Amino acid sequence: MKTEHYDAIVIGAGPAGLTAGIYLSRGKAKTLIINEGAVGGQTVLTHEVANYPGIETISGYQLARTMKSQALKFGATIKSNVRITNLALDGEVKSVEVNGKDFYTADAIILATGGKSRTLNVPGEEEFKGRGISYCATCDGDFFQDKEVIVVGGGNSALEEAVSLTKYAKYVTVVHQFDHFQASPHAVEEGSTNSKISFIMESKISEFIGSEKLEKVNIQHQVNGEIMEMQVDGVFILIGYEPNTSSIKNIIELNERNEIVSNELMETSIPGVFAAGDSRAKRYRQITTAVSDGTIAALRAIEYVHELHSQVPA
Amino acid sequence: MLQTNLTHITSEDEFKNILTENENVMICCGRMGPMCIPVYEAMEELEPNNPHIKFADMPFDYPISKVIRTLPETKNFNGLPFTVYFNKGNVVKATSSIQTIDKITTILDEQFSK
Repeated sequence: MKTEHYDAIVIGAGPAGLTAGIYLSRGKAKTLIINEGAVGGQTVLTHEVANYPGIETISGYQLARTMKSQALKFGATIKSNVRITNLALDGEVKSVEVNGKDFYTADAIILATGGKSRTLNVPGEEEFKGRGISYCATCDGDFFQDKEVIVVGGGNSALEEAVSLTKYAKYVTVVHQFDHFQASPHAVEEGSTNSKISFIMESKISEFIGSEKLEKVNIQHQVNGEIMEMQVDGVFILIGYEPNTSSIKNIIELNERNEIVSNELMETSIPGVFAAGDSRAKRYRQITTAVSDGTIAALRAIEYVHELHSQVPA
Repeated sequence: MLQTNLTHITSEDEFKNILTENENVMICCGRMGPMCIPVYEAMEELEPNNPHIKFADMPFDYPISKVIRTLPETKNFNGLPFTVYFNKGNVVKATSSIQTIDKITTILDEQFSK
């Protein structure tokens, strides 16, 4: 088993994690960034970023690649696409076990674990992923030329993508669990005035059915419990994101939405453990806010490590 | 051309040569989109530790992609990327849409012995 000590370990390599990595390593802290998925996090979901100050437009992928390159240039080590098999956050020395064999310790940890697309978790969802079920209308919309599709969700993404899908699909049905939308009035109006879109409210998909590809779904009404079968070629699931905090659920304070509770210095309930980005409890989630979180968490972590090392033994 | 560090396949000759010259081949056919990028990155991570496998990408919007799109194994696919695994030139596995590195590793271990 390999063991290596760092001043700080950042868990997550989205904009928050990479920014923390840039600030830590530029501040001469020995820094390791560990990421369970691909570098960039949800930023790579964005085809064009047009509101990042100082840059006219850039793809999310390119922005993430640049951040990664900056972090590496300042001396951070990045390990991506790994599996975190154990995390110990208590005590002055924190530890992270990776892939069941590599063991890293640090004085400070920054949790920048981000979020992931919500899934419905109903029978058939995994089986028909890529064979009728999609989580990205921009990616897969053109496979459904003149086909009938369902969009699941009631937020801005769902309604905007429903409108976007009418460029390809013959007909789009929006299935939403509530009797009202969370989307902005503008998005709702655009959807409801489009003649190719209809709505099934207060309902959820309870099962995906097909043989080699998706053929139909069962839709259950949330009030009367009735189940309706519907023939469909494709289903786009756009029901938002959830924080990647399941692995730290019992070791750090989370709120009722499983987001990490932290103060304005990004300090969590455990000394030496900081939070940044979409996995922390906050109202606004943008690349810019993630970058801000990452900056603050890194600067506070550097101070914390200095304080730790300057303590006079009793 | 896709912006990855993998071997790029952009013509039929390149496709044929890769299948002829390598016993085990993994080809990811996609775009630079959010479902495809994680698969390319997983392949880049896996490549150094799997010298017995050739890792390559192919642009979905180039004509060459018909060699992947027209395979019987991908006929019901409608989620990018289309990822196809070849052993001695024959398709042994195909997946549609995003896959985790764990799932890819499992397929590689099952299909391509070291």
